[in-house]
Amino acid sequence: MNEKNINLSIDIQGLKLKNPVIAASGTYGFGREYAEYVDLNDWGGISVKGLTLEERIGNPPPRTVETPSGMLNAIGLQNPGVHAFIQNELPFLRRFDTAVIANVAGNTAEEYATMARILDKADIDAIELNLSCPNVKKGCMAFGSTPEGIFQVVKDVRRETRKPLIVKLTPNVTDITEPAIAAQEAGADILSLINTLLGMVIDIHTRKPVLANNTGGLSGPAVRPVAVRMVYQVAQAVSIPVIGMGGITSGKDAIEFILAGASAVMVGTWNFADPACVKKITEEIKAYMIRYDISDLKELVGKVEIY
Amino acid sequence: MTKWNSGIVLENKRIRSTDIYIMKVRLKGDVDPSYPGQFVNIRCSKGTDPLLRRPISILRFDPAENIFEIVYEVRGKGTQYLSLLKQGEDLDVLGPLGNRFCLKEEYERIAVVGGGIGIFPLIHLLESLPEKVFADVFFGFRDSDRILWEILPKKDNIKLYISTDDKSFGYGGFITDLFKENTSDKKYDAVYTCGPKPMMKIVAEACMAKDIECFVSLEERMACGIGACLGCACRVQTENDKIGYGHVCKDGPVFNARKVVL
Ligand SMILES: Cc1cc2nc3c(=O)[nH]c(=O)nc-3n(C[C@H](O)[C@H](O)[C@H](O)COP(=O)(O)OP(=O)(O)OC[C@H]3O[C@@H](n4cnc5c(N)ncnc54)[C@H](O)[C@@H]3O)c2cc1C
Ligand SMILES: Cc1cc2nc3c(=O)[nH]c(=O)nc-3n(C[C@H](O)[C@H](O)[C@H](O)COP(=O)(O)O)c2cc1C
Ligand code: FES
Repeated sequence: MNEKNINLSIDIQGLKLKNPVIAASGTYGFGREYAEYVDLNDWGGISVKGLTLEERIGNPPPRTVETPSGMLNAIGLQNPGVHAFIQNELPFLRRFDTAVIANVAGNTAEEYATMARILDKADIDAIELNLSCPNVKKGCMAFGSTPEGIFQVVKDVRRETRKPLIVKLTPNVTDITEPAIAAQEAGADILSLINTLLGMVIDIHTRKPVLANNTGGLSGPAVRPVAVRMVYQVAQAVSIPVIGMGGITSGKDAIEFILAGASAVMVGTWNFADPACVKKITEEIKAYMIRYDISDLKELVGKVEIY
Repeated sequence: MTKWNSGIVLENKRIRSTDIYIMKVRLKGDVDPSYPGQFVNIRCSKGTDPLLRRPISILRFDPAENIFEIVYEVRGKGTQYLSLLKQGEDLDVLGPLGNRFCLKEEYERIAVVGGGIGIFPLIHLLESLPEKVFADVFFGFRDSDRILWEILPKKDNIKLYISTDDKSFGYGGFITDLFKENTSDKKYDAVYTCGPKPMMKIVAEACMAKDIECFVSLEERMACGIGACLGCACRVQTENDKIGYGHVCKDGPVFNARKVVL
């Protein structure tokens, strides 16, 4: 096996990725911010900052706090709105050879459907429904945490678009397979997980939470074992492909998710520590494939050997 | 020219018996120049804890030698890691980040008010001040040990006023009081301030009352440092007088005092 005959590309239900490493929504802005530091062509795809129908200003500061090998965030979906994204951000992203995924969040099922209708006509490669943002008062997680809520939203959105439809799941539930199955039944093409785990940090001197939102979403290496376990459980429970994420920092971490059942992975928080990580991660995946004589990454998906 | 991403520690030394260190770093490659007010975001571990980079102001930049200097106070894990770096070790550094202090051609007299770790970006500004501009500089320190004589600018066009919280040197009390006492009869073209928020608020309000241009350099918790995560939000006044959020790492750290809500 040598580098030349290694195939990292994958077609997931029509979402074509030249490599399986995607930037996770909310951690990569609209790509533009990183372009001075990284060759955006290195990414298999970029999932943009969560979009809403109208502009949102987000939560008051402080919005982030570091935790052991992780961080909490409560950004509150600050974004310019779906129309401004299509007009001002998309043309720039399209200059690069990378799949563009529009991550969307709504307050009502109708809002999700409206955004899907708008994005269906836009030059994007997939829509990712964020049904799981823990940092906004209405919507989002309210849908994302019940299978009925998910079923309704996904069904309404499915009617509006033929683009590959990714449904992003919240880990803040007792049984992750229930929402996963509901999304599949309602017509999702792909599932992505995990979004952040709800957490809290208290300043013992002021006796106040550090985040102005009181609570926030935990991400980074600290969540990785939870994420791998959930990806494994979901991949066992559904027949549609899964995109795995949560604390990925290396090719080794990515392979862990792939063995657990992920067809591709997303990298979020680690970009903050190492903006050039995408290249290292894909190189490390390749090195692993050479070592174990694997020519096509697809051969590895879900190949964990359970006791 | 490229953004900074890696350097080698040339010098990293503790300033006397304080918990403040000064570090000199040589950047690799052909790099962008930096300007007063800008900062770097430094990786402070080789693993995942601490996870996020730490923002530190640029104290000086020598474009001929590709060397920059920073001064930092050891507070927690990140700055502790920095303090242990030895000469010759690599430093993973993103920069130069953020905007810069605006110093207009026609300015003749400015004032600078800094407290604690807020004085470092201001020193960069003072060192690059044209000779024709006069500056009254007000720096507040916790105690006389922490007065960083080693890096305070000594130039004919700069007059230094110093206060200490514990009254061990110079004016005993708030730097804002010293500032107000000495400036009531003066007219500045602009005032620059960086330090604790309550201090900047008093300075900004005093300036706005007299219709003097005031620039504040803000601090906020950061994750990416480059405008992608939207974590470092600060309240700003938008065009239609509504409150919105700006981002300290990208729109700042320097803001016109009239445009931010302190
Ligand atoms: C634009 C900018 C420029 C800065 N310039 C300098 C400088 O020139 N020299 C210097 O010594 N420090 C500077 N700081 C502050 C410095 O970033 C923090 O002191 C440092 O991140 C603390 O990291 P730590 O791991 O040592 O401590 P931690 O354990 O992370 O924190 C120690 C304490 O510092 C507080 N803290 C952590 N991060 C920040 C932050 N970003 N802003 C305010 N408080 C924080 C925490 O609440 C905690 O109480 C600057 C900050 C910003 C945003
Ligand atoms: C600062 C920040 C902002 C985020 N914003 C979004 C968002 O807008 N939409 C979304 O679906 N997920 C968002 N996420 C979640 C990430 O996409 C990802 O699911 C999570 O962080 C786990 O991956 P990681 O550990 O690699 O970061 C955000 C995460 C962070 C850290
Ligand atoms: S720190 Fe990420 S946007 Fe400023």
